[in-house]
Amino acid sequence: MTALPALPVKPVVSRSAGAVALRRFRRHRLAMFFLIVIVLLIVMAVSAPLISPYDPNAQDLSGFYEPPSAQHLFGKDDLGRDILSRIIWGSRISLLVGFSVATLSILIGTVMGTLAGFFGGRSDYLISRFIELMLSLPTLPLLLVISGLLAASDSPAVMAFKAALGAGSSIVIVVAVLSLFGWMGTARLVRSEALKLRNLEYMDAARALGARNPRLMLRHMVPNLLPVIIVQATLDVGGAILTEAALSFLGFGIQPPVSTWGNMLSNAQEVVLQYPWIPFFPGLMILITVLAFNFLGDGMRDALDPRSKL
Amino acid sequence: MATYTFRRILQMLPLLLLISLIIYALTALQPGDPVDQLTLGNSQITPADIARLKAAYGLDQPIYLRYFYWLVQALHGDFGWSRSFSAPAALYVFQERLPNTLLLTVPALLIALLIAVPLGIYSAMRQYSLPDYVLTFFSFVAFSTPVFWLGPMVLWLFAIWLPQVTGGAVSLPPGGLGSPDLDPATAGFWAVLGDKLKYLALPLSVLALREIAVILRFMRANMLEVLNLDYVRTARAKGLPVSKVVYKHALRNAVIPIITLLSLAIPGLFGGAIITETVFSWPGMGRAIFEGLVNKDFNVVLASLTFISLLTLIFSLLADLAYAAVDPRIRYD
Repeated sequence: MTALPALPVKPVVSRSAGAVALRRFRRHRLAMFFLIVIVLLIVMAVSAPLISPYDPNAQDLSGFYEPPSAQHLFGKDDLGRDILSRIIWGSRISLLVGFSVATLSILIGTVMGTLAGFFGGRSDYLISRFIELMLSLPTLPLLLVISGLLAASDSPAVMAFKAALGAGSSIVIVVAVLSLFGWMGTARLVRSEALKLRNLEYMDAARALGARNPRLMLRHMVPNLLPVIIVQATLDVGGAILTEAALSFLGFGIQPPVSTWGNMLSNAQEVVLQYPWIPFFPGLMILITVLAFNFLGDGMRDALDPRSKL
Repeated sequence: MATYTFRRILQMLPLLLLISLIIYALTALQPGDPVDQLTLGNSQITPADIARLKAAYGLDQPIYLRYFYWLVQALHGDFGWSRSFSAPAALYVFQERLPNTLLLTVPALLIALLIAVPLGIYSAMRQYSLPDYVLTFFSFVAFSTPVFWLGPMVLWLFAIWLPQVTGGAVSLPPGGLGSPDLDPATAGFWAVLGDKLKYLALPLSVLALREIAVILRFMRANMLEVLNLDYVRTARAKGLPVSKVVYKHALRNAVIPIITLLSLAIPGLFGGAIITETVFSWPGMGRAIFEGLVNKDFNVVLASLTFISLLTLIFSLLADLAYAAVDPRIRYD
């Protein structure tokens, strides 16, 4: 009896959840491309002192509104400052604000959402009503009102805070105000996920084994919420950068001499008709950065969503 | 249904009260009250005068009393006097500013719906096709573009560059409400309308572009979700033609969530129009809020913000009622 030829065996590759997600993410080409863009932006922000060709605050009295040239690639602004250098330094602020606001609002949103979803009942009712209240407030006008309030306040606490932080105080104010109005989306998402999770059998099993509420929440619930949270955090970074720029554009955000992409646009509509390059480059940077975070978030959603099959 | 509506309106009242309290507190806590602004740079005025003025305006009262007085007056439709516009604040905002905002936002939203809903359906039906990729990419870009950048850029493009290139054949005005030298009384209706459209074109397009991006993504996602439901597959399996399944069965359910999106978008348009109105020097309500804050003319800010909040609550109620009207599965009683 002759031996049967061995059947070709397709090797079974076992992959961890993380590896599956990574594989999926790599297939989203746009997301991969924009991930590289984000890495480059971060490198630019970190190495600003090294790569910035000029001092971002050095004024040149003879070079107001100088058009782009070989020496000043993006031209000069209304005070004769090099726009490229200001953009490079401004990336630090934009990314700092974006990441801080995303972190803070994700933190608040996750705590609120988990408390509402895990306990249900009265705490869910209270938190849900609070979210509704926050969502019924007119966001952009109130952002202006609150930043104006904090920026101009003469109360001793605010004055001491400003003295301690100097020029950076407006950054802290903007981060705080944006986080205060930025957590509701996360809270809603986390709440609805937590409501689904809390009745699953593994939660009952953990409880039967003696786990108490804090452990159930932190060890068993939050890790399962992470995919939702990570996607939301990425999208929040882009949103926060856009809103910070909007506030600074209206003059209620981060104040000069700190250069941000938003406040570089603050006199845009006055100068654009004669000197279009002044607002062009900072705005383009905002667009690219926000677009990058939105595509990254989209790619991560595709990668982390267990329902999508690829 | 009537009971439900009534109950919802009753629930709205405490929420509205709370919102008005928050808005009032944040606005009234602003340093620099109207009297400071008035007396600034006036060397003749004595501290005693200032104190007397503050007492006359009730600014020396504690904030909770001031809120109470304000609330009682507001309930009578009186939002106080606007110093910077020299008119009653409510009258000024609603008569002079609100129509301009409506003129901008309502057509923008309608145009966006007319464009984005069909495109969203098309995109969903040809998922992963080239047009779908192009539309998705476009909506990501439009969604990520700052209005305060796109606005000035199109201004330059249409008011400076294109007139230069085309020798003045294509030219749009760089912001404003209408030609200052055009008198509506003497010029014909069509001349006024044409002039208005010229001034509307850019702000309207910029505002609509963003709404198109939002609605397009939303519509595509809804349609994809519905197309994957069992009843759609059943309809196909029993031999109904694709067009009938899509346009009669799937579309109806996919359009319903648009109600929610719109109810959230409409109040947002009023507050969010601050930026568009600033860029295009369009004297609307959003711009009034901004000017009110800069000039410390808080009565204007309060009147506008109260109006927007009321609008938000009314539209969320309307959305729930519309849901029940459109979807027979939803019953409130």
